[in-house]
Amino acid sequence: MSRSDVLVDADWVEAHLDDPTVVLVEVDEDVSAYDTNHIRGAVRIDWRDDLQDPVRRDFVNQQQFEALLSRKGIGNDDTVVLYGGNNNWFASYAYWYFTLYGHRDVRLLDGGRKKWELDGRELVAEVVERPATTYAAQPQDASIRAFRDDVTAAIGSLNLVDVRSPDEYAGRLLAPAHLPQEQSQRAGHVPTALNVPWSKAANDDGTFKADEELLALYGGAGLDFGKDTIAYCRIGERSAHTWFVLHELLDQPNVRNYDGSWTEYGSLVGVPVQLGDAPGAPEGGQA
Amino acid sequence: MCGATTGGLGVEGIDVTKESVIQGVVSRGGEPVGGAYVRLLDGGGEFTAEVPTSATGHFRFFAAPGQWTLRTLAPGASVDRQVVAVLGGVAEVSVELPT
Repeated sequence: MSRSDVLVDADWVEAHLDDPTVVLVEVDEDVSAYDTNHIRGAVRIDWRDDLQDPVRRDFVNQQQFEALLSRKGIGNDDTVVLYGGNNNWFASYAYWYFTLYGHRDVRLLDGGRKKWELDGRELVAEVVERPATTYAAQPQDASIRAFRDDVTAAIGSLNLVDVRSPDEYAGRLLAPAHLPQEQSQRAGHVPTALNVPWSKAANDDGTFKADEELLALYGGAGLDFGKDTIAYCRIGERSAHTWFVLHELLDQPNVRNYDGSWTEYGSLVGVPVQLGDAPGAPEGGQA
Repeated sequence: MCGATTGGLGVEGIDVTKESVIQGVVSRGGEPVGGAYVRLLDGGGEFTAEVPTSATGHFRFFAAPGQWTLRTLAPGASVDRQVVAVLGGVAEVSVELPT
């Protein structure tokens, strides 16, 4: 897979605004951003209401995903281009979802909404209604999703990549700093996890860095490219961004996203936790 | 649109004693700038968070005590400001973009 199969730039999107085989989808943390304005023709997917099960903590299942895409007017043969705010965090999360359920052609807009805005490109308030489709999803691809037992089993053996900010990794913050910090779970990180903040893979304008820079970044941080990798963050959206980098841009074969991430791991009873700036030993502890 | 006000964001509903708040307003020529991007960088210059400003130019972070850098991005502008956050305090920052 090459970069152009999974990533498009803003010029590409502008050239395909009226292409009936291309569906633009905006996915934001702030779900009201779409209401203010969006790229012409784009539909919205709400990362919480549309992609999470309404009762238990899990994803929508295959049938719910089929119903969602059918309702949004997305067909199996459409090229889906995802973009959003927060440097594409939630667009990457949705990309991972589309891949999990086997969508054939899904791509990210490099730089997302921010780059588009900083470029001064056109945004509109008009909402489009696409005719409904009959979408058929594949069963979940278990090879790209990690669960808590996979994570505890990976301590000290596989690559664990904590993509949160250094202060969250060390246990000085419990959430990204645009959110209140009061939380119930313990602070820190999974012992032996490397800290490679997602932001190191992106430029200030939200675009991804070049492949050579990305290889140097993860190699320099101590990632062993000969081993399987599990990425995690707080709720699985920033780690979807890193999953995209490692699996889609750098073609690493066995990379999984742990969507339970720190809000699950930091609440588990009896698992080892490491505080401080170093990865630590498998049994965890205070640096 | 009237001029930007400083310290305009209320903190009702937030237990400020447990937070180290950094907040403020972005303006250009005295007018608030909505939709600018404000990034919070830690003492090592590492990205910690980013928010777009509101229609009234306001932004807010829940940081940890210490020295931080605010980097504001808007079309054609990038401005850095230093700020110190303290536990239980609200650090107010006004960012003026070049006209």
